[in-house]
Amino acid sequence: MRTNPETPTPSRPAVATLPTQAPLAMWGGAPPRRARRPDTGGAAAKQTARLARGLVLPGLIFTILLTQIPFVVTIVFSFLQWNQLRPDEIRFTGWDNYAVVFTGPDFLRSLGATVTITGSAVLLSLLLGLFLAVLLDRKFRGRGLARTLAITPFLVMPAAAALLWKWLMLDSNVGMVNWSLGLFGIDPVQWNTNYPWATIVIVLVWQYTPFMMLILMAGLQSQGRDVLEAAAVDGAGPVRVFWSLTLPHLRPYAEIATLLGSIMLLQVFDPIAIMTKGTGGTKTLSYLLYERAFIGLDIGQAAAFGVIAVVVTIGFAMITLRSVFSIFVEGKVR
Amino acid sequence: MKASPRTYMTSIALVGSLLATSACSSSGGAGEEAHLTIATVNNPQMQDMEELSSHFEEDNPGITVDFVTMEEGDLRAAVTADVASGAGQYDIVTVGAYEVPQWGAQDWLLDLTEPLQEDAAYDVDDILPPLRDALSVDGKQYAVPFYGESSILMYNKEMFAEAGIEISNNPTWQEVAEYAAELDTDEHAGICLRGKPGWGDLFAPLTTVVQTFGGNWYDENWDAQVNSPEFVEGVEFYVDLLKEHGESDPVSYSFTECLNLLSSGKVAMWYDASVAASILEDPEASEVAGQMGYTHAPVNKTEESGWLWSWNLAVPKTTKNADAATTFVKWATSKEYHQLVGEELGWTRVPPGARTSTYSIPEYKEAAAAFAPITLEVMESVDPTHPGVDPQPYVGIQYVPIPEFQDVGNQVAQGVADAIAGRTTVQEALDSGQEIAQTAGDKQK
Repeated sequence: MRTNPETPTPSRPAVATLPTQAPLAMWGGAPPRRARRPDTGGAAAKQTARLARGLVLPGLIFTILLTQIPFVVTIVFSFLQWNQLRPDEIRFTGWDNYAVVFTGPDFLRSLGATVTITGSAVLLSLLLGLFLAVLLDRKFRGRGLARTLAITPFLVMPAAAALLWKWLMLDSNVGMVNWSLGLFGIDPVQWNTNYPWATIVIVLVWQYTPFMMLILMAGLQSQGRDVLEAAAVDGAGPVRVFWSLTLPHLRPYAEIATLLGSIMLLQVFDPIAIMTKGTGGTKTLSYLLYERAFIGLDIGQAAAFGVIAVVVTIGFAMITLRSVFSIFVEGKVR
Repeated sequence: MKASPRTYMTSIALVGSLLATSACSSSGGAGEEAHLTIATVNNPQMQDMEELSSHFEEDNPGITVDFVTMEEGDLRAAVTADVASGAGQYDIVTVGAYEVPQWGAQDWLLDLTEPLQEDAAYDVDDILPPLRDALSVDGKQYAVPFYGESSILMYNKEMFAEAGIEISNNPTWQEVAEYAAELDTDEHAGICLRGKPGWGDLFAPLTTVVQTFGGNWYDENWDAQVNSPEFVEGVEFYVDLLKEHGESDPVSYSFTECLNLLSSGKVAMWYDASVAASILEDPEASEVAGQMGYTHAPVNKTEESGWLWSWNLAVPKTTKNADAATTFVKWATSKEYHQLVGEELGWTRVPPGARTSTYSIPEYKEAAAAFAPITLEVMESVDPTHPGVDPQPYVGIQYVPIPEFQDVGNQVAQGVADAIAGRTTVQEALDSGQEIAQTAGDKQK
């Protein structure tokens, strides 16, 4: 493990490294070292800096209060025995709630469901998004319309999307998917009953493919035409150009798309609540939390699950961010 | 780890003050002008109430009404969280028979005894006595039934005639399974039963099946009986019937889904809430109006197996508009409201099972001839104190009125859903259900 990820090279102005330092620090990386300001030396500059800090301070305090107080309260709650329907029996209970988290079967199962659902949905929508982005990057008549249509699923509210899929697409009587399968002589599939996991992943992929496509399309558009032309002149075919030039160029875009997609999909709730109710390996952490808090009415246990979920997520995010993602690892950036 | 008491108190106080400020800002001033927010379930009778609420607003200038309509499970979660935390988002809540006695005992609901009795025109004694008892704690009535129901077997008479089957008036579950096998064709399924996980979804009808098979959630000493042979037999029967002759994709199905399936003529039988009959008989909403027959809930070891349930209107104590809210509750459960529904929307859509006098309205008797008599008959013949074979330590048929039950029912229902899909067996699902139920039972001892 590297202890000091940002060794500023003398030729590079220190200020330029700030944007990459900030996210690292946010994820628990090495504390950002005070950037050496260009030595202008004047008292006036110091005063400006002080004023700037003074102006930022209220916002900073507000943000800290807003984001950290709920978390601290959650930690406090996680040490209480507190069922909402038994308001007379709220009391401090030590590590009992955490014992339930670690000894019960729910947490690991739920963690597994979260990882597999998020992972598959992100990967599939990234691949599909890449495919669509490459197609829609070509010039053809009606491209604007095609792009708008392709983006639409991402604009549909998650709950509406889940209802749409439940009734319109996957319903075993009138659903369009089973009707289409019937055209090929395939028996109706009981999606929700027999394939709840696949049901959720299908809905999520449908919703998030446009998001991936958007980001990758921005990447494609920023690729210099001169490079592509030069490659063509050198005799590279379209497959070779795509493989050796376009894909490496898209890497940071794909990474940011994966990162944002994972963050959003980790919190997925609507299709699970509306379609599968957490059966068949679809009880993700967010649905489990909902169940403990609003069906189990057990605030203490829900808070303990929440705290552990946050710890696990931060740990996971830190490791992946610092090892896999080139955009967060200085030096790997093209 | 030691949490310092002061940090704990401070954070509680902080949260409290935050909640208090948000509560203040969200509700308007009391008095003449009042804006009522009603949380309700997405059943058709409630949607009728929303449609007709403009009449209430005309009669009561200054009061506006806003409906927040949710699915049963969501409503329960949202309202419980709101009332238990004292957030005060809703002025009127729709609460099931399961919650009213518990919430009344917690002192969360406004005592409606006096406002109801003071008004002679309202005629509170007209409300069905078993329901009034179920909604009262120590003689104080905390909620008013909007409609009441039992569970009955509904069947498509034309399909039965086509197949040449005579249905008996008090069918057993074995007979129903035989009918279902004969009626299961390519055009329609044999029977629709709820399979959506949730104690109020799957386990409402399933508990009555378990009880008539001789099983129950708890014995008299609050020891869980979830993996007893009788409980397992009942659930296995239900799951097998569902798998072999039930609707396709059962885990997606609860009341509303079955209602859609039945009213489009795609299934021959349905065992569910009696209130469905009034919608099935509405020609505008149903393709099978006039073709349906209704009979008692199927039985095995007991005489009757119907449940007793009511959806009720109650006023949480946190409301700032108690008077206006009470006025609305009285309006929506009055005899005049029943007349209004009949005249504006059709007599079959009058909320059933709440007032005795409803069953003597001539227009209602005529329009609801197919299902009104059986509804009243079943509701009067079920015994919520002893619905199963063995005695039970609580009052209630398809639910156990303890705070932990919705969690227990929900988790066991998820196991049963896995068994329906074949991911586990009924026995395995109920073995793990037994542990969950026992933990909850121990808290009642």
